Amino acid sequence: MPLLEISKLTHRFAGLRAVSDFNFVIEPHELVGVIGPNGAGKTTVFNLMTGVYRASTGSIKLEGQELVGLTPHQITRLGIARTFQNIRLFKELSVLDNVRIAHYGQIAYTPAEALLHIGRFRAEEKRITGQALDLLAIFKLDESANEKAKNLPYGLQRRLEIARALATEPRLLLLDEPAAGMNPNEIIQLMEFIRWIRQTFSVTIILIEHQMRLVMGICERLVVLDFGATIATGLPAEIRANAKVMEAYLGEEVAS
Amino acid sequence: MMPSIQSAYHKLLASWHTLTGCKFFWPAFMAAGLAFCIAVNAYDFLDLYLQLILIYVGINIILTVSLNLINGYMGEFSVGHAGFMAVGAYIASLLTVHAFPAGAQNFLFPFAILAGGIGAALVGFLVAIPSFKTRGDYLAIVTLAFCMIVKSVLENIDAVGGPRGLLGMEKLTTLPWVFFWTALSVWVIRNLVYSNFGRGVLSIREDEIASDLMSVNTRQVKIIAFVVSSFFAGIAGGLFAHALQFINPRMFDILKSTDVLIMVYLGGIASISGSIIGAVLYTVLLEILRPLGVWRMVLMPLMLVLLMIFRPRGIMGMKEARLFTPLRDLATEKLWRQKKKEATDAAS
Repeated sequence: MPLLEISKLTHRFAGLRAVSDFNFVIEPHELVGVIGPNGAGKTTVFNLMTGVYRASTGSIKLEGQELVGLTPHQITRLGIARTFQNIRLFKELSVLDNVRIAHYGQIAYTPAEALLHIGRFRAEEKRITGQALDLLAIFKLDESANEKAKNLPYGLQRRLEIARALATEPRLLLLDEPAAGMNPNEIIQLMEFIRWIRQTFSVTIILIEHQMRLVMGICERLVVLDFGATIATGLPAEIRANAKVMEAYLGEEVAS
Repeated sequence: MMPSIQSAYHKLLASWHTLTGCKFFWPAFMAAGLAFCIAVNAYDFLDLYLQLILIYVGINIILTVSLNLINGYMGEFSVGHAGFMAVGAYIASLLTVHAFPAGAQNFLFPFAILAGGIGAALVGFLVAIPSFKTRGDYLAIVTLAFCMIVKSVLENIDAVGGPRGLLGMEKLTTLPWVFFWTALSVWVIRNLVYSNFGRGVLSIREDEIASDLMSVNTRQVKIIAFVVSSFFAGIAGGLFAHALQFINPRMFDILKSTDVLIMVYLGGIASISGSIIGAVLYTVLLEILRPLGVWRMVLMPLMLVLLMIFRPRGIMGMKEARLFTPLRDLATEKLWRQKKKEATDAAS
């Protein structure tokens, strides 16, 4: 059974069709890239998958479970986590708290136990703090655990965002332009890093990216969007040779 | 000369941290405080005016800490705190005046206060619902409207005295009770803040959509914050009514909310120690400046303006005294410091 199955997904913003008739299937452990020019509807697809927007029509199924109509936190608990194009950390909170918040769906204590610090509270806090510190250690962020997130350098903020997403224990990880603002050297490191994440946490990854070098280098399969429509799918090499894709990226005259 | 003063200061600070870091510091402090309050109440060795000021300080601490949960930690702007206070004040007063037998007033008083708190919490639950859809200025208008509704409803019910208000309460609010409820509210709200629900409240302030996407049930968090905050506002209302022995709807208008807002922003948002400092400072300063007459209301706002120029985030804005951080959190901090030290040692 595919991990995620999107069929006939359409979304309109006041008449403008941001995504139209989007079909997509991803198997467990795949690494798929979604590319396309600015305004092609890539981030909208992520927003539909995570419940930020409610799809106008169509269906999104995670292992057979319908996601359209669920709230973002319900979808996250079912196993989809994401990062953001423009980093959206909890800036004033500590690095540790950023990760501990992502355990919200897993805590076993009730609000009453939290108000009085009784019952399961102590054990659970100890557990999530330990898990969060371990995760930070894996990402080499543990030394900054008590730093405010906004005080981290840009690269570490990106890394923290991925760590925070992984703390929700996802099966499917959505990365929205992870290479934004990185130089070619850093992009090569990032490619290794993404492969390593897939191995270590055994997650399936969907990647939105502008940087051709990155998607061509690590994605097993690509989907190209333009004006909300899927114009091509296939292996990186096929996409590179596709005339329609060149047209969308570079304009009609250059391509022909 | 300078280094010796500095080292003395550091020594003092270190011994202070050892003292407050001790497991028994808070229980001992609470027991001593309660014993002091009971003694004052029994032997009247503080003059009655001073006792009344202490009672108001306690009530204001409860109001400030609880409003800080919404306005500071959650980053919303509620101006309806006086409305919740009114609900608590009227419920508690109706119970002690009309429902409870005259002989058992002292014994039943805490239940009246508790009932006021629960009543206010139920109303707080209703006010939380619009907060699912609106934020910021718009939620401020919703809470303003709520405050006005409470006032007009109370003015039009003859059974609670209408605009003339309600009287006949005995003076049941004593210093030990105020101490008890103040300590309880500070403790419970601190507990909430240092739990994952509290971190959820903070994450809503930082970025609500990101918070929802990180599996935080934002609706649940908002309900918890509003219910807890209004519960303690109701408690404060009940205590207030039985300290003054007279209430009318006009006491709980927007100006009362403004007082609490001033104490919150004076002390600093998202800080329990700040709320306590703000409430104490504002209440005591207003009393000290009383001899100035009309000029009091010129000087006090002027001081606030100056404070906001030189400390825009209030006295303790977004900071917390170690005293109010649970030892468990300090323990993780210690662990982290140790790890960091080991890492740097290994590197060098």
